[in-house]
Amino acid sequence: MNLKNEKTAIILAGLLIGVISALLVVFGNPANMGFCIACFIRDTAGALGLHQAAAVQYIRPEIIGLVIGSCVIALVTKEFIPRGGSSPMTRFALGFFVMIGCLMFLGCPYRMVLRIAGGDMNAVIGLIGFIAGILVGVFFLNRGFTLKRTYSLPKIESAIFPTAQIVLLILLITAPVFILFTAVDGGPGAKHAAILVSLGAGLIVGILAQRTRLCMVGGIRDVILFREWKLFFGFVAILVAAFITNLITGHFSLGFIDQPIAITDGLWNFLGMLTVGFGCVLLGGCPLRQLILAGEGNTDSVITILGLFAGAAIAHNFAMASSSKGPTFNGKIGVIIGIIVILIIAVANTKKEKLA
Amino acid sequence: MLDARGRSCPEPVIILKKAMISQENSYEILVDNKTALENVTRYAEHNGYQVAFTQSNDDFTMILTKKQAGI
Repeated sequence: MNLKNEKTAIILAGLLIGVISALLVVFGNPANMGFCIACFIRDTAGALGLHQAAAVQYIRPEIIGLVIGSCVIALVTKEFIPRGGSSPMTRFALGFFVMIGCLMFLGCPYRMVLRIAGGDMNAVIGLIGFIAGILVGVFFLNRGFTLKRTYSLPKIESAIFPTAQIVLLILLITAPVFILFTAVDGGPGAKHAAILVSLGAGLIVGILAQRTRLCMVGGIRDVILFREWKLFFGFVAILVAAFITNLITGHFSLGFIDQPIAITDGLWNFLGMLTVGFGCVLLGGCPLRQLILAGEGNTDSVITILGLFAGAAIAHNFAMASSSKGPTFNGKIGVIIGIIVILIIAVANTKKEKLA
Repeated sequence: MLDARGRSCPEPVIILKKAMISQENSYEILVDNKTALENVTRYAEHNGYQVAFTQSNDDFTMILTKKQAGI
């Protein structure tokens, strides 16, 4: 194991990921949404009919690529280890409310970075909320918060989720009538790069993220906890590369107003991402990292992702998801409940440890 | 012997960080994935420890020894 080159590696990977993310917009993805784990899980949930928001229904190949890319490289490097059993229901609930927070803000931490790189200042407010949420999470980590350990599981247990990605890909390509797709010009769901482009981008980012352990919440968390900068460099590299690529491709527009798929309400951008930062610290990783871990055979991350799916479906079914018009009343209630639930989970799983 | 097997990020490092308050000359810590192995190695090296490990099945037994360099 060589830790000497790991900072260089994650910076290079981050730069590549930033360029790929910005280019996906040129190839057809929604603005500032080359990647968005929350939005793309939401779109896939819609395509499966789990919610009926016609504007956001599409099986996103990026998600499929991320999981498969991670899975394949983990099999090659012998890092595919079937495991699970670390407080599954708690992880489901955390995933659920992380999604409620994401759909208030309109983006996961990954898209937050891409939005900042596109000049969306609302995402800077989101980042401040995200950091605040991480600080609250770190407070509990330092006091002994844990969701307890995982255990080894049979291989089949960990093969199911990656296999399901192949099924989703087949459903996308064959497009049977029961799969719902946003109509042309019908909203963000209609904006997407060609399947092979999206899938390829997902595969590459999946492989890079698996190798470098890239995590959007881990970067800031580790700096606060340990003064450890490795993951943070990946975070910054994505931001810088996406910013420069946006400048070149003409997708940079600085300001708060008229930003694509964003809300301008500062308080709710802050609280939405606070929910996400807090929840993700307790989960041990951002939504992107959960997909990568799921590819490595971690079924706790699979449960978390199912929580994200459920949260996305309910967010739209209950009119909690924001739109460009702004946050909804139901969404505000959802975020407040989310913060309370995550706080209860944090307190309940924090045992004051006696120092030896 | 510290047991950090099965713990989510960043718990293995927190377990070590708390143990290191007592400034022992060596620590033994058990982890069960490469990410934790890397994270614990990085933290230990930053804090002046040399790291060696042995692997059996999925488990890594890590031995951290304080470097005897002058201050």
